[in-house]
Amino acid sequence: MNIHEYQAKEILKKYNVPVPQGYPAFSVDEAVEAAKKLPTEVCVVKAQIHAGGRGKGGGVKIAKTKAEVKDLAEQILGMNLVTHQTGPQGKVVHKLLVEQGVDIARELYLGMVLDRGSSQFVMMASTEGGVEIEKVAAETPDKILKVWIDPGVGLQPFQARQLAFGLGMEGKQVGKAVKFMMALYKAFMANDCSLAEINPLVVTGDGDVLALDAKINFDDSALYRHPEITELRDLDEEDPLEVEASKYNLNYIKLDGNVGCMVNGAGLAMGTMDIIKLAGGEPANFLDVGGGANVETVRNGFKIILGDPNVKAILINIFGGIVRCDRVAQGVIEAVKTIDVNVPVVVRLEGTNAKEASVLLKESGMDFIVASTIEDAAEKVVGAIK
Amino acid sequence: MSVLLNKNTKVLVQGITGSEGSFHAGQMLEYNTQLVAGVTPGKGGQTFNGSVPVFNTVREAVAATGANASVIFVPPPFAADAIMEAAEAGLELIVCITEGIPAGDMVSVYDYLKDKNTHLVGPNCPGVISPGIGKMGIMPAFIHKEGHVGVISRSGTLTYEAVGQLTARGIGQSTCIGIGGDPVIGTRFIDALKLFNEDDDTHAVVMIGEIGGTAEEEAAEWIKENFKKPVVGFIAGQTAPPGRRMGHAGAIISGGQGTARDKMAVMEAAGIHVCKSPADIGKTMESVLKK
Repeated sequence: MNIHEYQAKEILKKYNVPVPQGYPAFSVDEAVEAAKKLPTEVCVVKAQIHAGGRGKGGGVKIAKTKAEVKDLAEQILGMNLVTHQTGPQGKVVHKLLVEQGVDIARELYLGMVLDRGSSQFVMMASTEGGVEIEKVAAETPDKILKVWIDPGVGLQPFQARQLAFGLGMEGKQVGKAVKFMMALYKAFMANDCSLAEINPLVVTGDGDVLALDAKINFDDSALYRHPEITELRDLDEEDPLEVEASKYNLNYIKLDGNVGCMVNGAGLAMGTMDIIKLAGGEPANFLDVGGGANVETVRNGFKIILGDPNVKAILINIFGGIVRCDRVAQGVIEAVKTIDVNVPVVVRLEGTNAKEASVLLKESGMDFIVASTIEDAAEKVVGAIK
Repeated sequence: MSVLLNKNTKVLVQGITGSEGSFHAGQMLEYNTQLVAGVTPGKGGQTFNGSVPVFNTVREAVAATGANASVIFVPPPFAADAIMEAAEAGLELIVCITEGIPAGDMVSVYDYLKDKNTHLVGPNCPGVISPGIGKMGIMPAFIHKEGHVGVISRSGTLTYEAVGQLTARGIGQSTCIGIGGDPVIGTRFIDALKLFNEDDDTHAVVMIGEIGGTAEEEAAEWIKENFKKPVVGFIAGQTAPPGRRMGHAGAIISGGQGTARDKMAVMEAAGIHVCKSPADIGKTMESVLKK
């Protein structure tokens, strides 16, 4: 799960990670009020969307005086912000963060993430702050310092010192950076984060160490024990169909194509998307209806897929193992009876009782296109569009 | 023969009295798996299916029945604890089916298992089946056939698809291992490949990966140097967008890493027979075996 920068900074503050003073604002008036509370005349107005690259896209502006905040807030609120992470369609800005100006001496990078190779969390630091860390990793990987965290004892101060000295810090800065890293580690672990990025981590003219930006993602599997974090979810930032699907506990991701697909199991769902593409079509979505695939899940799956106006045909691909194919077929027939399905539906059921299932589908009196193999199904669904 | 699960494997089921656990324990019995015990804290003294004794702790179950392997059907908040309990009791093989265990919990489990003599398979996996011998998991047994192809996969139903294609061509399997779709798992591709390398009855391997992480790339490098048998591979998620979690917690392209294209290229360079289409896995294995 993603949250906004202002929410991430509120969490970090609770764990004594130093952040600039700032306030969220949902309207121009609130932005003006927020600026009044700040200690500096120079203020920063930052668009709050779930995507990086906001500065380049014109979503982060500096007000030389508090009086300028009104104009900037008017410009940014409601704008359609396009960055390399939003895609060409962009995202509408509904929220702002208004922050104090900061005297920046150095811009650094600090991050923490799960390292799958070692099955440990890793803290990373780099002198190349303010730019995309993926770029640094690809072009100059030796500029990223890493320490792996022993799950038994957690991050140790000596590891934080290694990073701080590695970043070229001196004197009192080292102690401040170590404190910062230990606090970030604590916040990360206490909230079951999957990613934390402070980019840039800045050293101010006075030698303070501060999180100028903050990005936090959470492990979805651990949200059950963090109800307060679940509440931070911003539905404005998600695709409406994906929000709808999550209400039905369906795993749905909207894509750009026109072949809707409904599959049981995540791997087979991806494989089905792949074979649609190989057959000359474009998948409209990823949808895993899970092991059960009963009338209810199939009906909800249809509703979600048909909610996407681009969909011109639907492929249902179920490998019935424990779940019997004739039951799934019954579910598909019942579901289609109760909702208006106005596009061709190709059904491929394989596994337990597959033959009985295809008889049921053929005798249902409905226009299902029954396919035998996954390849046959992909060809038929792509053919149904042309 | 087979790997991991053989004639000497005596299985216990943790969470045997739950709805998932009891259903699949029944299926395992039906497949003549040596299921000797169940464990559910607080339900000790009951019997499952009229014949399988249920114990409060794994240690008790091991002492009374000589069980040496466990299948775990425990809900996510308690699953990490269940894995560690099984490892502490000295079980050689632990298969964890549970989906949705927090990654932080699994980091601790992985660390805990380092000095234990245990093979953990999963979590978030369909389990392990050695056709004709037994099954520890949720896969439909009837699609399998005894034979000489090993299967290693991060997926569930996509594995069934591949196994179905093999069986339809008369190609049987030695052991099929679902290693799981999570970012932190016990047995990785390389661990499973090492087992198949040593197993004389496995003549070739199907390896089914997916987007996310670099386990397939590492396995491909290892295969190039060490693996003596032909490998057929497939990577799911060639059309998956970056930055989105495709169902499995581990199936995500992040920071440009973990794309299907990269994985397929490295696998091909290592001499693996990579299929572009999931429909070609059986076909490709058939032609590889004829060579």
